[in-house]
Amino acid sequence: MTDKGIKYRKLKDKLFFVYIICGSLIIIVPIFYILYYIVLKGISSINWEFFVSLPSPPGETGGGIANALVGTLILLILSGLFAIAPSIALGIYLSEHRSSKLANSVRLGVEILQSVPSIVIGIIVYIWIVRPLGGFNALSGGIALALMMIPIITKSTEETLKLIPNSLKEASMALGVPNYKTILRIILPAGLSGILNGILIAIARVSGETAPLLFTAFGNPFMSTNILKPINNLPLLIFNYAGSPYKDWHALAWGASFVLVVFVLLMNIIAKIIAKRWKVQF
Amino acid sequence: MESTILTIKDFNFYYGDAQVLKNINLTIFNNRVTAIMGPSGCGKTTLIRAINRMHELVGNARSEGIIELDGENILNMDSIYVRRKIGMVFQSPNPFPTMSIYDNVIAGYKLNGTRLNSSEKDKIVEESLEKAALWKEVKDKLHKKGTFLSGGQQQRLCIARALAMKPEILLLDEPTSALDPIATTHIEELISELKNYVTMILVTHNIAQAARISDYSVFLYLGELIEYGKTKDLFTTPKDKRTEEYLTGKFG
Repeated sequence: MTDKGIKYRKLKDKLFFVYIICGSLIIIVPIFYILYYIVLKGISSINWEFFVSLPSPPGETGGGIANALVGTLILLILSGLFAIAPSIALGIYLSEHRSSKLANSVRLGVEILQSVPSIVIGIIVYIWIVRPLGGFNALSGGIALALMMIPIITKSTEETLKLIPNSLKEASMALGVPNYKTILRIILPAGLSGILNGILIAIARVSGETAPLLFTAFGNPFMSTNILKPINNLPLLIFNYAGSPYKDWHALAWGASFVLVVFVLLMNIIAKIIAKRWKVQF
Repeated sequence: MESTILTIKDFNFYYGDAQVLKNINLTIFNNRVTAIMGPSGCGKTTLIRAINRMHELVGNARSEGIIELDGENILNMDSIYVRRKIGMVFQSPNPFPTMSIYDNVIAGYKLNGTRLNSSEKDKIVEESLEKAALWKEVKDKLHKKGTFLSGGQQQRLCIARALAMKPEILLLDEPTSALDPIATTHIEELISELKNYVTMILVTHNIAQAARISDYSVFLYLGELIEYGKTKDLFTTPKDKRTEEYLTGKFG
């Protein structure tokens, strides 16, 4: 190896290093800028009244996002109810039957569902639920969000369970434990952290979805907890108020964005902590 | 006095179209250690897994013949029932990672929904760990996770877990292949002592291990049972040329 060759290699090494730094900056700078801007604009709206009062009518100052907070909570609970149990069951099925024909088509179906544009999901749920029920309602919003959660939870459950060594299953079967009990009492507990992690990520992911709620939950300027009536929620409130001509409503939208971003961040952080703390050593 | 506990008659085994075991006939005696030896791929693990029906976990497996335990063909029995009578210890230790040492030992009862009061549980745990020569080492940390133990201790925990079910036969699938020499010695000593309680069938790669701890030896080659007899006879005066060649290290 000549001196020149080594120098050339070192130069290439440096160039590549610079390339990686640039790439990282391109990712990190916008994230911090978004966070900075939202905190800057949103934090001034945050006070006690903001969380407990309803939006004020145009022209009046003050007001809050209580109805959107309650609405988002109800929508997330509804979507969780619809999505979590079937997704985990589906994930178990896919990890148990890795290459059967049905499993392969189900897996493909889940992947397709994941890539369906969220606005399309909104329209489908509008046709399925909203029209037969005769009006926009919270229930349909929950179903639309559930459809978005299912692929995320299913995939993470499947991937988690696939990583659990087969020897564990054999150990249980060799004790004469039936298959379903082996899955419920041995396999699922061993994969619990991964499954919870997937659920939290899915919740974080759909809590900011606007498009599927446009034709379903619709939004509501008043407080509503009736799941058969339109319901307000954070993303729709932001969508509606940010486009309005009133300054006070803009402030509400910024405040709501801040709350939403903090919620999503928290969910992600909790998910990370759970994945780390509850990880099972094999 | 030898009494028969398990009889394998005309047993054939297939994975898809490939025949893995050819016409196996074998008698296992009560409270004896029978070692199954043979080069890689000879079907020894398949044979031992068929004895407690673990082969059914593989999709395209198919078997013909009879395996009789106390005069009943286990291939016609419910697999769950068979596995409660015939325990198994695997190549690498596999304690349940979410359970404590204590819960690992009584896992068989817990998972099968057998209700026991706490004194019964304590008794089973102590007895089983005692039999597995692990009690002294773990009695102060019974409620710690089993995965914190050393490899050899984990393997003895797995033996205790299998013994807790009071099986008639214990299958050992290369139980020391993942362990260091000292842990291997412990397990071998343990197997010799356990003969008083349970019949054992041991699959091993290690010819010397078979010679040290088994009473009867089986030599399998390419899915066929080449030779079977008392370990002493098989090692000193093998009848088949292939057995002799295997034992003297000419192949395998």
